[in-house]
Amino acid sequence: MYADYGAINETPGVTPGPPMGLPENATTVRVDEGGKTLITDGPFVGMKEAVGGFFVLEADDLDAAIEVAARVPAARYGGAVEIRPAETYW
Amino acid sequence: MVRTLDQVFREDWGRVLATLISLLGDFELAEEAAQEAFAIAADHWLRDGTPSNPRAWLIRTARNRATDRIRRNRTLDAKYGLLVNDDGSEVQMATTAFPDERLELIFTCCHPALAIEAQVALTLRTLGGLTTDEIARAFLVPERTMAQRLVRAKRKIKAAGIPFRVPPPHQHRERLGAVLAVVYLIFNEGYVGRDELAAEAIWLGGALTEFLPDEPEIHGLLAMMLLNDSRREARFSGGELVLLADQDRSQWDTTQIAAGRAELDRALALGGRGPFVLQAAIASLHADTPCDWAQIAALYGELTRLTGSPVVELNRAIAVAETEGPAAGLRIVDALGLDDFRYLHSTRGELLRRLGRTDEARDAYLRARQLTDDGAERRFLERQLTELAGRTGAG
Repeated sequence: MYADYGAINETPGVTPGPPMGLPENATTVRVDEGGKTLITDGPFVGMKEAVGGFFVLEADDLDAAIEVAARVPAARYGGAVEIRPAETYW
Repeated sequence: MVRTLDQVFREDWGRVLATLISLLGDFELAEEAAQEAFAIAADHWLRDGTPSNPRAWLIRTARNRATDRIRRNRTLDAKYGLLVNDDGSEVQMATTAFPDERLELIFTCCHPALAIEAQVALTLRTLGGLTTDEIARAFLVPERTMAQRLVRAKRKIKAAGIPFRVPPPHQHRERLGAVLAVVYLIFNEGYVGRDELAAEAIWLGGALTEFLPDEPEIHGLLAMMLLNDSRREARFSGGELVLLADQDRSQWDTTQIAAGRAELDRALALGGRGPFVLQAAIASLHADTPCDWAQIAALYGELTRLTGSPVVELNRAIAVAETEGPAAGLRIVDALGLDDFRYLHSTRGELLRRLGRTDEARDAYLRARQLTDDGAERRFLERQLTELAGRTGAG
């Protein structure tokens, strides 16, 4: 199985990303109209919304990741940023 | 005898656990090791006497247990590295003075990336030293559910990288608010009858004032809890709810009222005017005879401006009704959109009854009863309804 993932990562055109941790360890970040960061436990649950993008961040801890997430414009325009830890499965 | 050990353990549990978490970087491992150390202590101390520095003894024993555990489990090699030097010798710990890291612990447990129920359970388990079973019973959930909640919270702390530290200044206020909200929630659970939780919340509040002695809101919260809890004995008579005006004041705990007022004075001296300080000031006025209702109404007004809470407005309405009459109170109540809130309807019932609008009062009490699960509160509403029926009959 790891060989299969390895092969995909080496396929021309593929930019590999780290494996993601479980949704139950996710944290969702929003910013309200007053500029206050709202933090909730769990993934971003929305049936109609679409994922608008992603980026990989190396952070010392969750608080550092939350501060970066709160700067994402979508977080203050009614969207949310879901933070998922990267996981090592091997 | 065992009881005495319990008392010794009570404060040490949180401190020992906090030190171990800081040392091991792992909640689950730290908790298992602490549990083992306390079990060994219960056995050894009874036999050999209490060691001269019990806390250091517990930390040393727990750390040794954790080291053994890590040695047995090769996948945790990296963590073992934290406890041994490059040459393989064990890291020497200063065994006499471990810093108190319970403040780091409470901020971690009350991190907003954890669900609020998890924050509450984790705080009671780690700081308060309550067992999973005790917490489960206090919150009326099965022990398995509570155990899962705790395990999931501890795993999230580790997997998501929730830091074990006191937040930096720019986050301090907000995160402290989260900590106080957890203590307040525990107190409120206790206020509706589960005494052990109220006592636990007061104990946590006292611990917080030791950690952060210059935060007025902490003193305010502790004052508010002490003052409200001082009336605990008088709030129930033979299992029935007794309203403030009808309470037997000789049952109020005057020592606790004095302690609450001292905390309030401290909060005010620190320049506090936050939500908890205001609530404490209101609770303090309630303990006076006669009550200064105008002052209480003014403080509720200030609290409404601060919190924007309709529940606070409802309380203001009750105070206004005392000074300006029931009609003035009712005007405030009827402007609130709290249709599913049982106390809105019981308050309306009371004000309408005073205005002699009996039929409307009955409808309001019926609506309140419909929204109430609590046995004592239901019976209280039943009594109001019976009394109203008597009035109709007489009229």
